Amino acid sequence: MALPIIASFPELAEMQKKCAADFALRELSNRPEGVTAEEIKNLHNDGFEQYVLVCGGTGCHASNSAEILKNFEVAIEKHGLNKKVKIVRTGCFGFCEQGPIVKILPDNTFYVHVTPEDVEEIVASHLESGNKVERLLYVLPTTGEHMPDSKHMPFYKKQVRIALRNCGFIDPENINDYFARRGYEALAKVLQMKPEDVIQTIIEAGLRGRGGGGFPTGQKWKITREVQNDTKYVVCNADEGDPGAFMDRSILEGDPFSIIEAMSINGYCTGANHGLIYIRAEYPLAIHRLEIAIAQARECHLLGNNILGTNFSFDIELRYGAGAFVCGEETALIRSMEGHRGEPYVKPPFPSVRGYKGYPTNVNNVETFANIPPIILNGAKWFASIGTEKSHGTKVFALAGKVNNVGLIEVPMGTTLRQVIFEIGGGIKGGKKFKAVQTGGPSGGCLCEKHLDIPIDYDNLIAAGSMMGSGGMIVMDEDNCMVAVAKFYLDFTVEESCGKCAPCRIGNKRLYELLDKITKGCATMEDLENLENLAKVIKDTALCGLGQTSPNPVLSTLLNFRDEYIAHVVDHRCPAHQCTSLVRYSIDPAKCKGCTACARNCPVNAISGTVKNPHTIDPAVCIRCGSCVSRCKFGAITVE
Amino acid sequence: MKQDNCTKEILDKVRQICAEHRNDSGELITVLHQAQHLLGYLPREIQEVVAECLRIPVASVYGVVTFYSFFTMTPKGKFPISVCMGTACYVRGSEKILNEIQRQLGIKVGETTEDGLFSLDCLRCVGACGLAPVVTIDGKVFGRLTTDKVAGILDEYRKQA
Repeated sequence: MALPIIASFPELAEMQKKCAADFALRELSNRPEGVTAEEIKNLHNDGFEQYVLVCGGTGCHASNSAEILKNFEVAIEKHGLNKKVKIVRTGCFGFCEQGPIVKILPDNTFYVHVTPEDVEEIVASHLESGNKVERLLYVLPTTGEHMPDSKHMPFYKKQVRIALRNCGFIDPENINDYFARRGYEALAKVLQMKPEDVIQTIIEAGLRGRGGGGFPTGQKWKITREVQNDTKYVVCNADEGDPGAFMDRSILEGDPFSIIEAMSINGYCTGANHGLIYIRAEYPLAIHRLEIAIAQARECHLLGNNILGTNFSFDIELRYGAGAFVCGEETALIRSMEGHRGEPYVKPPFPSVRGYKGYPTNVNNVETFANIPPIILNGAKWFASIGTEKSHGTKVFALAGKVNNVGLIEVPMGTTLRQVIFEIGGGIKGGKKFKAVQTGGPSGGCLCEKHLDIPIDYDNLIAAGSMMGSGGMIVMDEDNCMVAVAKFYLDFTVEESCGKCAPCRIGNKRLYELLDKITKGCATMEDLENLENLAKVIKDTALCGLGQTSPNPVLSTLLNFRDEYIAHVVDHRCPAHQCTSLVRYSIDPAKCKGCTACARNCPVNAISGTVKNPHTIDPAVCIRCGSCVSRCKFGAITVE
Repeated sequence: MKQDNCTKEILDKVRQICAEHRNDSGELITVLHQAQHLLGYLPREIQEVVAECLRIPVASVYGVVTFYSFFTMTPKGKFPISVCMGTACYVRGSEKILNEIQRQLGIKVGETTEDGLFSLDCLRCVGACGLAPVVTIDGKVFGRLTTDKVAGILDEYRKQA
């Protein structure tokens, strides 16, 4: 693909117009009233009447979307539709639970769980003859109704997409698609403004850091700008280490250009000419797409010297993380980029004053950057009108765990947890009872039933004992033991602690041991008291953000689920039947038909009995794997 | 498993990688990423060459290698297995999957089987949370796993070997 060299503002405008024409049908499809055949005929988009959008995000990629894409190419060629149908590999649609996803435009048909073998039918039936393939449509779990298009799906209805505006819509490996969606218009606008005025716009918009801390982004830019130094750096923090969170990855995979544009804007405002993206090496697809995006931006002269004919020069390099959670903390990230162990250092000085190699460094998170171009284009007032009083705009969450609709969502600040979990998320999987929702990852906390109606924003979540964090949101049901969950997070923190300060290195290890004792049923009430005291001490004395927040999972579960702790300690019972040392499997002889299914599937031969006679489980041999329960058709196996 | 393929040729390639990064100690992590690509792990010999080229103590190189979980000093099996222990997979039962794989292979996390076929690791989130619980074997993702599927999947790989 030969890319244009864009050397000035008029050339960019010309390019945008050209690409937008090719994009017209895709844009029209977004309209609530749909598109008429007449309109399609009048489009200047090389005659394409239909678009096939195939999700190329990591989730769908893992379930074979590459082969689906290939089969579409073959089938469309075979049916002679290649002049009428255009295939686009997009970034993540967000609805990962239903992947692989294929979307057909202009009618917005949303096919779910598509296999490579389904492609021929979609092409022959839908694209050629206009009959939707009913069996591949999304089925609403509550009513069993087939949803013909994505606009009416509850998963999408409540969402407002700003950071994810291009994900699942553009080809992330083609800068022309980005141009068509007003790409680089924000940079062009900024280059004709004074940097101070741009920063003022960001301040007025009230954008707060989306990486977890919630620091006002405009203020950070202002501090970096005001430090006098000829060399400054802009860093994009893409070290998304929160297990179960994939917001940043999806943005980088689905819309890498917006991050590059936003970093350039940041460079212009703060006086930096160097950009660095610190990205996890575990994200090969995101790295690949970023490399392509950077190369294309350079080819178009939108990175490099004298961008758009101005005096502004800016370029970006990638730096790879190597699997250390603490490197998401900005000072540790800087140490890591310099080639050292990722150990944080005491602030101040803040990176904005003294950062990478001692130079002023503006560090922002991926999602924060993704919000910048829309704010520039639509204005501070527009952004400030979305959300709550102190938290403006939207937030992207990776909704996962025991919820029906796992996926990536973006909602206005102020949306309640109940709306997210029960409307967008479609409620709890398997009709089980909701127990807790964990936000903020290993630094956050577990919230319970009584918190479901609080509007989500930075301050409300902290007041409730959790935090916004980067946007992981894990839903748990009655089968999850909250003590075990706290232990899971502490296990994570112990492993990820850099070891520099004693409270985190030693304290968290002791916390873990206490939790381990509790889950094994050999703790005392005194242990419980020690647990709480120690957690508070770590919170007050650890060096960095990771250490200070690491006891949060313990403190919040103690606050909201103390009865579960007490059940473990006093009654030696795990109410969720998860802690294996405290549960016992037994067979009810009245219900057992002697079918032998359990005995045949027991991996350790703990079950004995003869055909048509009740079986028994030997608790000394049983490893409590639960495979017998899933095999028994008569509900004869009880767990206590 | 005996694997002694840290030849002079490999070490020369390591020197070349360092030179491509101007022997700049600030590029240590980038250098180690590329060096690990050569053999799949970073034996002592490679670390010594890196230290020499970048003119930093071997202890600093070792410090970095052991700090980051992505770097390893033990060779991986022919089919490396990674069990996702991200929160989404954890709440959907990845611990049980891990226990079952450990039981089937007779190895613990971080170890490699005697025959060199499988090595077992945990990782934090591959980002396919919709498929939880997830295990990757030799780069292929197995989603929505249950304990009773483990043996069959491992057998498939044994047949391929």
